[in-house]
This record gives sequence, C-alpha cells and structure tokens, in this order.
Amino acid sequence: MTTDGPALRNVLGIEDLERYDIESILDSASAFREIMGRHIKKVPTLRGRLVVNLFFEPSTRTRTSFEIAGKMLSADVVNFSASASSLGKGETLLDTARSIEAMHPDVVVVRSASAGVPWMLAKALGAAVVNAGDGAHEHPSQALLDAFTLRERWRSLDERTIAIVGDITHSRVAGSGIRCFSKLGAKVRVCGPPTMIPPGIGKLGRVTVHHQVEDALRGADAVMMLRIQRERLTEPLFPTDREYSRRFGLSPARAELLARDGLILHPGPLNRGVEIDPAVADGPRSVILHQVENGVAVRMALLYLTAGGTRAEVARAATA
Amino acid sequence: MGPADIDRALDTIADGLVEAASGRPLALVGIRTGGVPLAERLARRVADRTGEAPPVGVLDITLYRDDVFGGLEQPVVGPTDIAFPIGERVLGLVDDVLYTGRTVRAALDELMDFGRPTRVLLAVLVDRGGRELPIQPDLVGATAVAEPGESVEVRLKETHGEDAVVVMGGGEEGAR
Repeated sequence: MTTDGPALRNVLGIEDLERYDIESILDSASAFREIMGRHIKKVPTLRGRLVVNLFFEPSTRTRTSFEIAGKMLSADVVNFSASASSLGKGETLLDTARSIEAMHPDVVVVRSASAGVPWMLAKALGAAVVNAGDGAHEHPSQALLDAFTLRERWRSLDERTIAIVGDITHSRVAGSGIRCFSKLGAKVRVCGPPTMIPPGIGKLGRVTVHHQVEDALRGADAVMMLRIQRERLTEPLFPTDREYSRRFGLSPARAELLARDGLILHPGPLNRGVEIDPAVADGPRSVILHQVENGVAVRMALLYLTAGGTRAEVARAATA
Repeated sequence: MGPADIDRALDTIADGLVEAASGRPLALVGIRTGGVPLAERLARRVADRTGEAPPVGVLDITLYRDDVFGGLEQPVVGPTDIAFPIGERVLGLVDDVLYTGRTVRAALDELMDFGRPTRVLLAVLVDRGGRELPIQPDLVGATAVAEPGESVEVRLKETHGEDAVVVMGGGEEGAR
C-alpha cells in the first residue's frame, strides 16, 4: 500500500510523527543502507536538488552525516554555519533563514541552541525543514537512527525495555528517544541524578524514573548512555566527574546486569571513563559505531522523503 | 498466455541465455518486482542445461528513475541486492514486461555502478511495444498488442498464485 504525494513535508520532531511515519522512515532507510556498501556509493536520485545545512550551533558529526547522506543521493549540499555568518553581525535568525531561502534550497537542515526554531522556520520557509537538534528539545534523526539500530537486531521494539542514563533534562537525544521508542511500543527507563531528571518526564511516553543505575539496567534489553552536556549547564549538577562515574557510569560489572545480548548505545561524543568505561564502549555489546553508520542511511531517507519520495512500506513487505 | 505458454517462453529465453554466454560465466539480475521470480526460474532452467546455476541478483531502480518525483505512479524505494561481482560476466537483465524502455534505461545506469559486465542481455517475458527510448530486448518470450491505456499484467505463482499474462484496460479483461 502506498500513499500519494510527498511522504513528509518536514521532519521537525518525533512528537509530530505517528508510529506509521516512523516505521516508513526506517523501512526506507533499509534500502539506503545498502547503497553505503557499494563500490560506487552514490545514486542519482536528488540530482539538481539543493540541501542547505543551516547550523546555528557547532556540530561536526550530525552535520557531516547529513552532508554525506545528501552527497550519496547526488544532492548539492552547502554548509552554512552561524559562527561564520551574519548572526554575529546582528541579523535575526529569520532574516538569515530568508536569505538562505532566496537561494532556492529544496531542503533546509537546521540545528539551533533554542527549542522550537525548526517549527518557526517551517512556517516561514517554502523549503522542507529537517530538525538536526533544537536546544534541549528534540533531535529526531538521532532517535530514528537509534531505533533503526535496535530494530536491525530485534526486528521490532515492541515490549522491549530501553534504559537511558545520564542528564535527561538537558538532552534532546533523550527527549526524542523517549518519544520514538515509546511510539514503537518499547518501555523506557530513565536514570540520572535527581537534578538531571525533569518534572513531567512521564508525559513524553511510556517512562519510569530510576535513581539507582542498577535498577534501570537490570534486565533491560538496551541502554543508552548520555554525555554530560557541559555546554548547557550554568551550574554544576553533580560534585565531580569521579563521583558521577562511580554512581552512574557504565562499568563492565554494571553492563552484566543487562538482559542476555543486551545492547549498549551512545550518541557520542563519548567521555571515556566518565559515563562509560572504555572496555564497555569497545566491547561486544556495543553498537556505537553501527549507530554512526546507520545515521547516514536514516538521514538519506529523511532527505529523500522530504524532497518528495514515497514511503517504503512496500519495501519491507517485498523483502520479508 | 497460460501456464504452458509461459513455460515454453522461459525455455526459449533460457536457451538464448546459454547460447549467448557460450561457456562464459553467466549471472541473472531481476528488476524488482516482476523480474525477480522470473530471474529465479530462469536460473533453474539454465542449471538444467549447463549443470551450474547462475547467481541471481535483485535490482530496485526507484532511485535511478527519470520521474522519481514527477511520475504519475509514486515510486517506492526497495533494496537492491547483488551479492556477486558483475564484472567479467555475461549478465541477463530480466523483467516481466517491456514497454517504454525507461525502466531498462534506469536499470542499465544502476548496473554500471556495480561494475562492468562483459555483455548485458535484456530478457523479457512480454514485449508490449510502445517504446519511448531506443531500447530493444535480446530475448523475448512473447509479444502482446496493447493500447496505451491498457496494462499488461504478468501474474506468477510466486506472487499472484497463478501463471498468466493478462491485458487489462477500460474495465475489460481478457487473456491473450
């Protein structure tokens, strides 16, 4: 069964997507994943299309991942980073976006330090908008690549238990992850110091809150360890790195509390020895590098679908 | 066309493939979705003749279409799966129906991204005419006469539960 018209007008947040939307993105990503393994890693699909990476906040890995995704689809990809632009000269964000629009992009990928910016741009611009992270709110492409990585191993997230450990309050990865995993039928346990768990977290999905890391890990099918978002902290929320590591870090012993074949995820960048022990990060349960690899495939799917491609529900039926 | 006609047509195509390969390594690639079961059937027939089954790949041409965003029928992307090197092989490119030739153009472009086959042979079960590009098949099971408004549907046991070729259009349906 297929639907008519462009599959996705914009990709702003997981909060706007239904389970069906999420699954069709992941199904499409499976097809794009294959292209990455080819000798010639490029298809002509988005030839003549312009993708602008509009980054108002520094980013290397997400920007590079979107850039590679666009290039593998033959789109022209231009990086616009605010630090090197007129924002520093007093231009408003909207004026910057409008001048980008005057160059006729088909898709604008936006990263900003303030929550809600992608929604504002989607209203103002004719181009499709893809959110590459807005403040501490959402990071949909990260949640989608995490779900893709888990689904690759499990086929389905239904009734799986996924723990997210770290600074939940300041993490857009957690925000989108909780929404995404819940919509796909999983149960989410969040864990961190009380100062790092926001009130009302239960509204985001099927969430339980834990303050002892052992309780969150015991029997879980996967755990995602988060980095301390130092750049978002105005005051310290825990005494020292060593103290944090001792109470919440993922040591080899704690990793053993996970279910058999339990997986370990991390959105990067890793702070080895703080939230994750190097032996665990490089161990057999870790799928951290698969996440990076799958990120390109998922972002190819997002660019393809927002540029006008059709959902790939059939693709899964055909390969099942 | 009924089951016996389809069997005969596939035998003819298999003979043609073996002859064209003349001892060189052969491989088959089916164009998703209709060409895939046909390529698998042809592989078994080739094995009956030569004692060696050629590898079979699957080509999804969605991302190479010339109307990927503008076509009447919205394309749905599926995975391509060619698990063998295609260079230095005689390659049978298999589809169910040949019509405008645009699918074959896209398939050839995609194939070239996988390597450089010694020779590519286009094998189709039904040629219905109506070409819009200068592309012709090397091996044809049958030709059908169909008006532009009609569609030629190949139904196969693997996907439809029966073997038949049917021309459909204007609410009428008749097997030819």
